[in-house]
Amino acid sequence: MHARTLVLRFPAEIVDKPIITHLVKDYNLTFNILKAQIYPRKEGMLVLELRGNRRDFQKGIKYLRDAGVQIEPVAQGIRRDDERCYQCGACTAVCPTGALHIRRPEMAVLFESERCSACELCVKTCPVRAMIVTFDKALAM
Amino acid sequence: MNSCRFNTVVEFMSAWNGSAREFILETSRAISASSVFKCRNTFREGVRPSGGPDAVHPMQKRVQETMGAVQKSYQEINEKIRKGQAVVVTAEEMVGILRKKGPARAAREVDVVTTGTFAPMCSSGVFLNFGHTQPPIKAGKVWLNDVPVFAGLAAVDIYLGVTEPSLDDPLNKVRPGTFEYGGGHVVQDLVAGKTVVLRAEGYGTDCYPNRSVEMTMTLDDFNYAVLCNPRNGYQNYNCAVNLSEKTIYTYMGTLKPRMGNANYSTSGQLSPLLNDPYYRTMGLGTRIFLGGAQGYVVWHGSQHNPGVARLPNGIPRAPAGTLMVLGDLKQMSPRWLVGVSILGYGCSLSVGLGIPIPVLDEELAVQAGVSDEDIVTQVKDYSFTRAEPLCEVTYAQLKSGTITVEGREIPTVPLSSYVRAKEIAELLKEWILKGEFLLGEPQHMLPTASRRNKAVEETANEVPLA
Repeated sequence: MHARTLVLRFPAEIVDKPIITHLVKDYNLTFNILKAQIYPRKEGMLVLELRGNRRDFQKGIKYLRDAGVQIEPVAQGIRRDDERCYQCGACTAVCPTGALHIRRPEMAVLFESERCSACELCVKTCPVRAMIVTFDKALAM
Repeated sequence: MNSCRFNTVVEFMSAWNGSAREFILETSRAISASSVFKCRNTFREGVRPSGGPDAVHPMQKRVQETMGAVQKSYQEINEKIRKGQAVVVTAEEMVGILRKKGPARAAREVDVVTTGTFAPMCSSGVFLNFGHTQPPIKAGKVWLNDVPVFAGLAAVDIYLGVTEPSLDDPLNKVRPGTFEYGGGHVVQDLVAGKTVVLRAEGYGTDCYPNRSVEMTMTLDDFNYAVLCNPRNGYQNYNCAVNLSEKTIYTYMGTLKPRMGNANYSTSGQLSPLLNDPYYRTMGLGTRIFLGGAQGYVVWHGSQHNPGVARLPNGIPRAPAGTLMVLGDLKQMSPRWLVGVSILGYGCSLSVGLGIPIPVLDEELAVQAGVSDEDIVTQVKDYSFTRAEPLCEVTYAQLKSGTITVEGREIPTVPLSSYVRAKEIAELLKEWILKGEFLLGEPQHMLPTASRRNKAVEETANEVPLA
């Protein structure tokens, strides 16, 4: 089983097409939508976790690309500023996926971007604003 | 116990009703407080007693032989530091040393134990003097980067408090407010060498005719900048949970409903005041690590409350002692003074604080070797649903990642950075080993608690003396 959390960007021309429906029906994949948004200029953005066997997964990704969807891993849009982060651990109270967690007994606070669902709860919980989300800012204006 | 009441060892012994082990500790303390020890100190300072350079008072010699009591002075330890011979360990390392070697050897071999803590400390701020302007102003209202500061001092003296939000902050109008910029952030910007905009207004007098000024300044442009924190380094603090049905946003962080998480905020076994629970080495003049530079303890802090219930090892079971600390802001660093925004609560400043504890005797060796298993705190509800504490937990449990409260497993969340606390203890150790940092002997001690208060006796059977 292959699983990845991806950020999909839909240009305005294809935002009304049933792309995800085809992805699921034709490529035997399951998905979990974590976030969906349509911006003022009609571009769409979807954060979803996609699962299936590796072959189906690769074919599905090809289908999405051919349909005009831009794909990037969620990790590309969320990062931690390690200069700012002083490793207190306050963020671990709200992180729903355990992407932010503590390595014991050292008490080091770790961020595993592959496990991040882009919920952004950590962004305002972090007292020094060390968590930076950029993937939905580019299209927001 | 006031050791001076007893004129002879025999009288002291006959009045004693504690355990043999406590007797040894009490005796060594009584002797250090007596004239015998003072005479030895005089000798160290250069006045030779009649018995020649090796003379030791017979009574002290006997105690050393029979009980192996270790007694060191600040002068002795500082001399070792100067010569590069002092043995310095962090409070974390001391835990293992004490376990392996026992109190007597640990006290003989280790000279200084370094501690550290790094967390938001709201009762912090900076005294600044921005210099007389031309024409001069008696500033009545002052803002730094639009953060109001206190100007009710002499003409151009101000106090910048770290929890002050900026003038146009929406606060909690839409909950939870995010408090993006405040006094703590101004402090960090100043130590980072950034420019800040100072605005001042005055009502105008014959001697101070100017009514308003605005200028861009860096920390170097201020004549005087002293970090002066009325309450830092709280000795122990509550573990916070939320019993209500809604998420709450507190100074103890975000607390999810129905005890979704349990937040705590001390560095436990590395925490300064938990390693010297009766403040025997702390007072006016104790030299410390503060904000990345050398600073001082100047007084006990606000809300200092040494009289809370304690474990037999001296550890207070609830928030107890606090410190007022001071240091030159111009020497400090933005790595160790960090402006913070606490969701729904407000702005603050995370302060790096570290205190070296001289191992003057066995009792201090035992206390500075305290481990997370031997430190407890109360789990308290922050939603005003229940007033009394829910239970007591150890820091070892808190640091394991979950605690069990009323039969339920609750994930724990630290707000105090253990990683940075350890870095401070290591840095302080390095400074002392290099001979750059000497111990400051306190000139006036903090108010402390009686060693054998009622609460200790009540629980004396539960936990053995460390």
